[in-house]
Amino acid sequence: MKNQTKKITFLGVMTAFAMVLSYLELLLPPIWSAVPGIKVGMPNIIIIFLLYKLSFKEAVAVSFIRVCLTALLFGNVMSLIYSISGAALSLAVMFILKKTDRFSMVGVSVAGGVFHNLGQIIAAIIVMQTKEIGYYMIVLSITGIIAGIFVGLAGALCLKYSKKIKFL
Amino acid sequence: MFSKEKSRYINDILLCIGILAVALIAFLVFKATMKDGKIVTVSINGKETQGYSLSVDAENVITSGKNGEYQNMLVIKDGKAYVKEANCRDKICVSHRKISKVGETIVCLPHKLVISIDNDG
Repeated sequence: MKNQTKKITFLGVMTAFAMVLSYLELLLPPIWSAVPGIKVGMPNIIIIFLLYKLSFKEAVAVSFIRVCLTALLFGNVMSLIYSISGAALSLAVMFILKKTDRFSMVGVSVAGGVFHNLGQIIAAIIVMQTKEIGYYMIVLSITGIIAGIFVGLAGALCLKYSKKIKFL
Repeated sequence: MFSKEKSRYINDILLCIGILAVALIAFLVFKATMKDGKIVTVSINGKETQGYSLSVDAENVITSGKNGEYQNMLVIKDGKAYVKEANCRDKICVSHRKISKVGETIVCLPHKLVISIDNDG
């Protein structure tokens, strides 16, 4: 019983943390003005941390709730559609890659970042009915890889230091 | 233990190369399947207001905004369209390359202006 409460509280804090990171991202200056709305993917630090620290289930739960709450508070239905597509595809790919045990945390994060962008692009193509949006994919792949590396490193650091904390 | 870590890093690099390769191939395929357009459509605030033929060289100043204070000069020359001058703050529309294929667009966000290439009316 006690463990459950601890876990739920912990996940709640993680969700809040992810939401704050999500909001922080919006405050940063645009990385590339030709593609407005391009994001670094900081909340993924939390998600990938949970994926490695706990399990896929916890990562999915926090990711899903974070996406819904963030869209509810700061976004609209459109941003929800994009966010869910990106997050879902990203998580699925990260889970598969982690299972193969052939990649490091950074590699998994890179794939997560790129597929997050791909998920959003696919949603945008379906919603706007134009396939020209696919043109952005080359840029988003590059930024996805770079962002993925940083997110992966941050996540690995979190994992390393979390081992020193007793209650986790 | 060490060699397992090493093979992981090698796989990471292979993954990055793979992603870039796929993205590049997709990009090239996209580029090759773009069709030449016939008309230039101007939309202000989401509504189509003007249309011009891509095959007729022309210079048009598009005015928008409440008192017509937003101006963008649309130039059509040699089958391509571009924005030569504009009085917006960022001038992203001016620095955009010339467009001529169906689906390509030049957007001036502050002026709520979209210039797009189409096949038909």
